[in-house]
Amino acid sequence: MRRLASIPEALVGLGILAILAAMALAASALFPGDPFAIKGAPLLSPFQDWSLPLGTDRLGRDVMAELFHGARTSLAVGLAAAAAAIAVGAVIGTLAGFAGGIVDEALMRLTDAFQTVPSFLLALAFVSVVGPSLTVVVIAIALSAWTGPARVARAEVLSIRERDFVAGARVIGMHPLEIALREVLPNALAPVLALSSVIVASAILIEAALSFLGLGDPNRVTWGSMIAEGRTVLRSAPFLSIVPGIALVLTVLGVYLAGEGVVEGTAVRKSLS
Amino acid sequence: MSEPLLAVSGLIKRFRRSGTTVTASDEISLSISPGETLALAGPSGSGKSTIARLILRLIEPDAGRVDFEGENFLALRGSALRARRARLQMVFQDPLAALNPRATVARVLDDPLRIHALASRSERPERIAALLKRVGLSPDLAGRHLHEISGGQRQRVAIARAIATRPSLIVLDEAVSALDVSVRGQILELLLDLQRAERIAYLFVSHDLGVVRAFAHRVILLEDGRIAEQGDARAVIDNPQSTIGKALVAAVPRLARTTIQDRS
Ligand SMILES: Nc1ncnc2c1ncn2[C@@H]1O[C@H](COP(=O)(O)OP(=O)(O)O)[C@@H](O)[C@H]1O
Ligand SMILES: [Mg+2]
Repeated sequence: MRRLASIPEALVGLGILAILAAMALAASALFPGDPFAIKGAPLLSPFQDWSLPLGTDRLGRDVMAELFHGARTSLAVGLAAAAAAIAVGAVIGTLAGFAGGIVDEALMRLTDAFQTVPSFLLALAFVSVVGPSLTVVVIAIALSAWTGPARVARAEVLSIRERDFVAGARVIGMHPLEIALREVLPNALAPVLALSSVIVASAILIEAALSFLGLGDPNRVTWGSMIAEGRTVLRSAPFLSIVPGIALVLTVLGVYLAGEGVVEGTAVRKSLS
Repeated sequence: MSEPLLAVSGLIKRFRRSGTTVTASDEISLSISPGETLALAGPSGSGKSTIARLILRLIEPDAGRVDFEGENFLALRGSALRARRARLQMVFQDPLAALNPRATVARVLDDPLRIHALASRSERPERIAALLKRVGLSPDLAGRHLHEISGGQRQRVAIARAIATRPSLIVLDEAVSALDVSVRGQILELLLDLQRAERIAYLFVSHDLGVVRAFAHRVILLEDGRIAEQGDARAVIDNPQSTIGKALVAAVPRLARTTIQDRS
């Protein structure tokens, strides 16, 4: 942590993430009840009424409340999708690299197939077919993001499987599946986790884009749907799109900077030891 | 002599790398009796580790036969092979590399007991403590991580793991080569003690002829994957006949002056 603090970008990134997490956690306490509830006159500009600091949207809903509740959705979807993508990718990559032969061949063909479809189109197609809900959106994003972790895990496993402790595990009669998942995978995880900031950032963007197209969970406020809402009155009330847009940009930037900082910090620690 | 514990014949293994072929095991035949120590000695790259790993089924041979405890060991597959592995164990040169770097001492010793169902979950802590005592360690070490104990203690833990399944043969691949001279003597004493008490046979892979002379009953000298010379360990090392044997002996400055007591 102290080493992280010496990298200024990481500090900025962590600061943004801390604010975001605080917003997500405080959303229900500060803005209890339904964020979709009508709180005042429609299209109130920001900074006019201090009980509605960011104004209201087309229907008179509190933009500040929507922003806070949207932070919760964005973070939840981003983290859940990234965790699912990394878990699935790490397991598939490990099994491919450890098993070798036709298992490796088959799993890597599958990875190729997923990778050739642009990730947003894959998520879009999946949600269109299955129908929008938070879980489906998470699965859709994970489906398009697991290939990177799978490739990195496989490459790492290819070198780990030649190490003596794998031979040692075989000598005591450990089942190959246990060797792969319990001995090899945890030791292959570090470079896979280094991908997480990029995956979280792109997951948040994909979620926003899906919501913008009306394919997000209709029961939740998300920044993407706020931007889409604001688009209809872009000329008269541009703040309705700009406010969630800025939140989105800052979040993605924060995740990215913090992630890079962590990678850099651990790399420094490794090269020191 | 009685039927051998391990009988290897015509074992061949070739490695192809960037166009050239290396024959790391060239029609190797050998046998080991129960309770006996056979040393595989030779210069680096002569095929010692390859032969050890072939016998352990860590790599598969191109040709040859391995009989272990009267059974065709190369014909075993899957769960039958895994079950048989209990009787044929290995200790590596570097225990930190050969054991999961994240593991605790207890976990390292728990694995064989669990995998071969040698003790129920509730009995295992007791068995682990007994194993640690057997190799001269305090049971208090069980909770430590491997990187928190000394090199000699780690190698004792590796030996405890190897004997947990009551094997009849243990392959020691340079198992004492990385240790300080004083620690090396203690580990060799421990191995001799285990051999006397449990009649364990050893395949002792080493490039150190001084240790081989003091520790092994018989020796096979290897050169480029072939057997150059073999026989009683002291006889061969005191009076080598092959060129490679003479060269190896000449390269050892104070032969046979290891701290281990001469075996009788
Ligand atoms: N996995 C492998 N791939 C290619 N060549 C190998 C492999 N393992 C061993 N060799 C080669 O086989 C020969 C014998 O190696 P090894 O058995 O490790 O010798 P030693 O243990 O006596 O030092 C060496 O020439 C080595 O380069
Ligand atoms: Mg070797």
